[in-house]
Amino acid sequence: MDRGLYRRRILRNRFHMTMAVATAVFGLTWLVLILAMLLIKGIAGLNLAVFTEMTPPPGSSGGLLNAIVGSLILTTLGVLIGTPIAILAGTYMAEYGRHSKLTDVVRFINDILLSAPSIVIGLFVYGIMVRPMGYFSGIAGSVALAILVVPVVVRTTEDMLLLVPSQMREAAAALGAPRWHVIRYVSYRAAKTGIITGILLAIARISGETAPLLFTALNNQFWSTSLLAPMPSLPVVIFQFALSPYEDWQRLAWTGALLITIAVLTLSIVARLLSSKRTV
Amino acid sequence: MVELTFDPAEARAAEKPQDPRRASLGRLILTDRFFKLLTRAAAAFVLLILFGVIFTLVEGSIPALREFGPGFVWTEDWNPVKERFGALAPIYGTLVTSIIAMLVAVPIGLGIAIFLTELCPIWLRRPIGTAIELLAGIPSIIYGIWGLFIFAPFLQQYVQPFLISTLGNVPGIGWLFAGPPYGIGILTAGLILAIMVLPFIASITRDVFETVPPVLKESAYGLGATTWEVVWKVVLPYTRAGVIGGIMLALGRALGETMAVTFIIGNAHRISGSILQPGTTISASIANEFVEALQVLHTSSLMSLGLILFVITFIVLAAARLLLASLNKRAGG
Repeated sequence: MDRGLYRRRILRNRFHMTMAVATAVFGLTWLVLILAMLLIKGIAGLNLAVFTEMTPPPGSSGGLLNAIVGSLILTTLGVLIGTPIAILAGTYMAEYGRHSKLTDVVRFINDILLSAPSIVIGLFVYGIMVRPMGYFSGIAGSVALAILVVPVVVRTTEDMLLLVPSQMREAAAALGAPRWHVIRYVSYRAAKTGIITGILLAIARISGETAPLLFTALNNQFWSTSLLAPMPSLPVVIFQFALSPYEDWQRLAWTGALLITIAVLTLSIVARLLSSKRTV
Repeated sequence: MVELTFDPAEARAAEKPQDPRRASLGRLILTDRFFKLLTRAAAAFVLLILFGVIFTLVEGSIPALREFGPGFVWTEDWNPVKERFGALAPIYGTLVTSIIAMLVAVPIGLGIAIFLTELCPIWLRRPIGTAIELLAGIPSIIYGIWGLFIFAPFLQQYVQPFLISTLGNVPGIGWLFAGPPYGIGILTAGLILAIMVLPFIASITRDVFETVPPVLKESAYGLGATTWEVVWKVVLPYTRAGVIGGIMLALGRALGETMAVTFIIGNAHRISGSILQPGTTISASIANEFVEALQVLHTSSLMSLGLILFVITFIVLAAARLLLASLNKRAGG
């Protein structure tokens, strides 16, 4: 028996496994550090004024009310525009066109759009909406966010519909139901939680997006709910305030960052709980 | 004389009221056709987005490309006053920050994945795995603000002086660490990107590692292989395509990442040898300058940068998807 060989192998194994544990601890430490700092800095600036007052001019105190409302409007509209298209597209891919060429192409392109740089989407919407209209607007921001919603929801809708057992569709078809009845009353119902999970994930994704809003919705220091005017949003305000030299603004930026993170984490956790309860 | 003609449409029309069942069936078929067309149009819409993006970017780039020609890509000038623009500095910054990010994040991400699939006690696997997936969803602006206020000052005070006084004096690579410690700069941006894509790499490679059939691993263990030997000689060879695909997916993210980088890159349109100096990336340039760009050439140059970024990320992401798809095919068949 070659004892040296065994020793070497054991030592090498021990070395690499220690490295794996060390890297895991190291990597997770940074992520914990970020969340911890965010909590400390964010809570320090958290008070009622944040939710009741407008974003302040430089050097004075205020809140984030207009930015929060702006973000809610932009996100809601983005989801309302993007989701129906995406669900229909996912339906085609999983139901009517399951084996068609178009489905393969769309799936491939959709997967690429899923991780395409969001700033490029901002440029795209600037080109098709802001430039022709002549001004920055909330509606342009919503369209930019909607384009980010589409790939996420297409992907989950298709995946969830594909999980619905074919026997259920066949049973409905055997009763004489036309295809769209089968989809509406059988497939959609069976895949409902999954599709909702996808929508929640899409909301989580766009609620922190900054880059596509920079030159579509722009920003607005005042209260504005007009879709045809520049609209403030939490991420863009954070961006502007964090890079400013004013301490009040920086404090608000941290608080805003905390609010966004809480929103995103809550959405992701709810989505997770829903999908773990999924029966399909 | 009665003319005997047979008009099928008339016949059908005459038949309909007498057969309500057929009429309602006809309605159902029509609705079905409509619904099918609608869904197909929605699917085609996804392709339309892609073509729209490409068309808009190309159209927006035309003035700059006409003025500067292909030399735009390898010119370093960026002078809005003289209206001279070149993309080399942002391209350089984008590539270097992404390379730094990958060099740091890939080994650590693989380490986490190995830890999660081979070493971690079962009861801890789900919580840690879930935490990592949740972190992958945190918006990039959070990493940006943290990088600006916490990480960059930390680097400036402790890490960069150390790097300058040690590695900065090593012949051959010293120029990489030359100059004063600014805190912000190429290296800081690369490290923040690394922290950002880390959860992403870790969760994808973990998923990929889990596609290895247990029988393969068990037979290797059965022959007396150590854990490391199982990882190195069974798991990694089996999942090579998937791991590379996952890494390229992360690379695609790093290349296009905007907010985290914009905060801390320093936004200097120049190429410095030292990675401690400020620089810029494609996405940071666009984010910083697009709204303020007044001249047609400036806007158009930024659009061209966007086009270059889109082409690069498209190639990287397409390659990643093809690699991941090849793994899925094998796992399925």
